[in-house]
Parts: sequence; C-alpha cells; structure tokens
Amino acid sequence: MRPTCIDKVFELAKRDSRVAYIGSDLDPPLTRRMREEMPGRAFMEGVSEQHVVGMAAGLAMEGFIPYVHTIATFITRRCYEQVAVDLCLHNLPVRLIGNGGGLVYAPLGPTHLAIEDIAIMRALPNMTVVSVCDAEEMKRFMDQTLDWPGPIYIRLAKGYDPIVSHPEPGFEIGKAIVMREAPGPRGRVLIVSTGVATTRALAAVDALVADGIGCTIMHMHTVKPLDTDALVRHARGTDLIVTVEEHTVLGGLGSAVTDALVENLPGAVPALKRLGIPDAFAKKYGSQDDLMEVYGLQPPQIAQSVRDGLRCHAA
Amino acid sequence: MATNVALSARQDPNVQLDKRSILLRRLVVRALDGGARGHIGSSMSLIEIMRVLYDDILRFRAVEPDWEERDRCILSKGHGCLAQYVMLAEKGFFPHAVLDTFCRRDSILGGHPEAEKVPGVEASTGALGHGLPIGVGRAMGLRIKGSKARVFVITGDGEINEGSVWEAALSASKHRLSSLTVMIDYNKVQSAGPTAEILDLEPLGDKWRAFGFAVAEVDGHDVEALRRVLRSVPFDRDRPSLIICHTVKGKGLGFAENDANWHHKSSIKKDLVEQMYDALEAL
Repeated sequence: MRPTCIDKVFELAKRDSRVAYIGSDLDPPLTRRMREEMPGRAFMEGVSEQHVVGMAAGLAMEGFIPYVHTIATFITRRCYEQVAVDLCLHNLPVRLIGNGGGLVYAPLGPTHLAIEDIAIMRALPNMTVVSVCDAEEMKRFMDQTLDWPGPIYIRLAKGYDPIVSHPEPGFEIGKAIVMREAPGPRGRVLIVSTGVATTRALAAVDALVADGIGCTIMHMHTVKPLDTDALVRHARGTDLIVTVEEHTVLGGLGSAVTDALVENLPGAVPALKRLGIPDAFAKKYGSQDDLMEVYGLQPPQIAQSVRDGLRCHAA
Repeated sequence: MATNVALSARQDPNVQLDKRSILLRRLVVRALDGGARGHIGSSMSLIEIMRVLYDDILRFRAVEPDWEERDRCILSKGHGCLAQYVMLAEKGFFPHAVLDTFCRRDSILGGHPEAEKVPGVEASTGALGHGLPIGVGRAMGLRIKGSKARVFVITGDGEINEGSVWEAALSASKHRLSSLTVMIDYNKVQSAGPTAEILDLEPLGDKWRAFGFAVAEVDGHDVEALRRVLRSVPFDRDRPSLIICHTVKGKGLGFAENDANWHHKSSIKKDLVEQMYDALEAL
C-alpha cells in the first residue's frame, strides 16, 4: 500500500504539473526517484513537520497540489495546529500521507503508534479522512485525489497487505463499499470497518456464516465525509451493528457511525458494539498482528465479539 | 506601567511621526472605537512598516486582489492586523467605513485577519509561527511558476519564540529564496513583558545570519530608512533577506509606549478613545 501510494504520486506528477511532493526524512531512494521523476516539484525538507505542512499550504495557495509524506503520528500530532489553520481553515488541496497508521509500528512503541489519527483529523472542518484496505484500492483512490477539493488525510497501513478489494464496485471518495452480503437464519449483523480492519472483518465472516449468522460487511474507506445514506440504509432493521477499526474507540469510525445513527435513526438505533483500541497507550511491543490480537481485532476474536453481541441482544 | 526598554542604536530618538503616520494611527483608533477592543500596542509599532510596504514597495491591484503578478504580503503577526487593515482601506481594497465594523458579528474584519474574508489578506494568521512556512511555500511555488512576484512576511518578536519559524528559516536558506523578505517588528515587548526577560532573542541579527539570511537593521518608524532598505532587497541574490525593524510598542500613544499592558485591550470606552486621539493630536 505504501509503495503503491507513492508510485501513484509520481504517476500523477507526470500527468499533472500541479502535483508536488514533500517528504520529511524517509527513505533516501525516494529522494532520488523524486528528483528524476518530478524535477523541481519534489522536496525532502527534514524533520520539521510544522514547517512542512505550512510550506505545503503555501504551495497550494500558489495553485499546486502537494502530497506530504511522513510517519502518521508526526503528520498528525506534531503539526496539528498547522493542519487545522494552514490547511483546513484555508481549505487547501494538500494531501497528508500518514505512513504506518494504527499499530504498524508496534515494535517501536507508543510514540510511533497512530492510534488516534483518524479521530483528530476527523475533528477538523474541511478535512477528508480516507483509510483504504489494500494496494489495489489505493490505486483507485489515488486517481481521485487530484481534483478533490480541500485537504485529505490518507492513512497508510503496513504495506503488502492481502488484496481483498475488487475493481467492480469502483471507488468514490465518501461512498462506502459493501464487500460481502451473506444472509443467515440466526440474526442479521452489519459490520462496518475501515482500513485493514476490513480484511480482518472479512476473514471473520466465514465462521459467522457457518453459524447461520447473516452478515453484511460495509467497508467505510472514507471515515469523513461518512456515507451516512448507505450506513442508515443497511443499518435499518439489523439486529446488531459492529464497527471494527485499528484505532482508539474514542472518536474514530465507531464514534462516527454512532453519531450518524443517533442523528438519523432516532429511537431505532440497533444494538451497537465498537471494536477497536481501548483508551490507553500500548503496553506491549511485538508485531502489528500481535497488538491486533491483544486488542481483540483478529478474525476469530471479531467473530466471537459478534456472537457475544448477538447473545446480549437476544437476552 | 511602562517597561524600561532601551532604544536600539539603530533608533533615532528624534524621528518625528509625519502627518500620514498620524493619520494612519487615527484610523487604527477609529477601528478600535468601532470594535471596542483590539491589539493597540502591537498595531501601533507596525504602522510605518505596513505603510512603506503598501505605499512604496508592494506591487498589487486593489480591484484585483488575486492578480497573479502581485507581491505576496503575509502578516504573520496576525494580532497586528489593524495596521494592515488601515493600509488596505487606504489603498482601496475596501471602504474606510468597514474599519468601524472591526470585530463586530458580521464584519469582514476580525481580531485576526482571514484570507477568505478580507480582500488583500494573503493568509489567515493569528496563531503564531505560521506565516514564514507559508511564505516559504509561496516563494517556492512562485519560483516553479517562473514568477517574478516577491514574498514579504512580517513577524512579531514574541512570535519568533515559535520553533516553526526556525524550521522555516532553515528551509528558506536551503532553497536560497532571495525572493523572500522577512521583517521583524522588534518592539521588544511581548504580551507578558519584555522579550529580554520572557525569552531573550539576542543576538538576533547573528542568529538569522547563522541561519543563512542576509540581514539588515533599521529604525522601524523612520519612513525614509524603511524605504531605502526595502528598495534594496534582496540584499544577496542567493539568500533570503531579513530586516530587523527596531520599533516601539504602542508608538505614538505616549501613555502606552513600551507597556505590555497595552498589548491588547478589551472593553475600550469612549474616554480611552478620546485619550488616544488626544495623544496623537499632541504629536
């Protein structure tokens, strides 16, 4: 997903002279490629995220479409005021590419875990927040970033994640994709997920379907603007809604879904369970998958949470 | 109570404010009267800097604020916006009567300038330390486009406490942005007191030289000196320019000069407005 995203920036730069690239301090081979493929419009600016975001704003004010790339925690937490004021207040077409969203940097500890990036980006007016599930979907998405008005936060996963998306439904920023609909006699569950949590949710469905539980998987690649229409349409009449995200349960996809349902299905909000990272800094290291397991986000754990949720609902 | 701030060697204690400088200050007072609040000291120190920029240096078209070839003037110390508002009114970006609406509910003129609302304002500022990174980006963008337009960024002295200013300074120097000129309104008093006590900036010129800028210092109330120095930018064709403008906080209002208590005032009553007009009358 990460190489695909960066490759797409270079491809877009070749076809559109408005595209600029700003890195901070990642990946020296990238610098070489940038100089070759987009001479004069590619910058490696050093570990200076506040400046980098302001500089991107300045370039955008002059008509450019800057893609800014660095580690997710640093492009969100470190320069939050610059993102809010320089990008969002001016509503500028800057694309923030956050490398290693969620638990990707598990071995490096809490300083590098972007567990609240979606929440804090989502809180800003004019910001669009996108978290695709694999490299193929990234390609489809990146083509649409050229002319999208306003800033976008692009959350990257680890890279080389399994391909689970399909070209058929296409891709539209702000439009959810139903990845699977499997009816069953023992209840009707809507699972809403984003990013690579969708991959885990899809893997959980087979076991649930084998149990006779009807499941719909809605991939909410765009957390903001949320596809409220699709959400409400599928939520109506379900026994249980489960949100799954590699992100704190405070303010992310689960919160966005809850907000939308409370506003749009007054008095008729189905039972809702939010799976994600608890409100605490990580206490363990290991791999991304290790921490996913610690937080109950691996497929068998998701399946069990759905079963538990249905049982509670029935009780 | 006024702070004991010594004049810089660059400052001529005998420089008199001329009629235009007094008129511009009266317009600031008019807006303060309209809004019943505002950053008094921070605007008054900035008047001659903004005056010379708009009267003598900047290329712009008031009827076409987005004219592509205009020079970009970014007031990074957004709290000094009254000094910019009066110049924009003087130059015809909007009528003088708009000054009377300062900070009112439906006004285009807020306590900090917003690009979306005010013709001639290039960037919404107020949060400090944002203007220089934006200015670097704009100068880079103009260079890519092959434009001859220049970028002027005006910062406060307290403002350059912000680390983002120094990040941007490194970048401006790395990119040899000679089209970029930074002006520091060095009135030596920030919101909480003298800069020398809060967070000393000295040796200020040496710091900017070390960061790769070509540096000049000027009396920021001496109109002729400002014209001379601004007409000579860039000082070096391979380096960005930096002008330390030695100013007096609250300049022109004797009772408010060098006094951090006059950084900002709210609930401004008519008697204070009269006091400000009287002080200007006495000059």
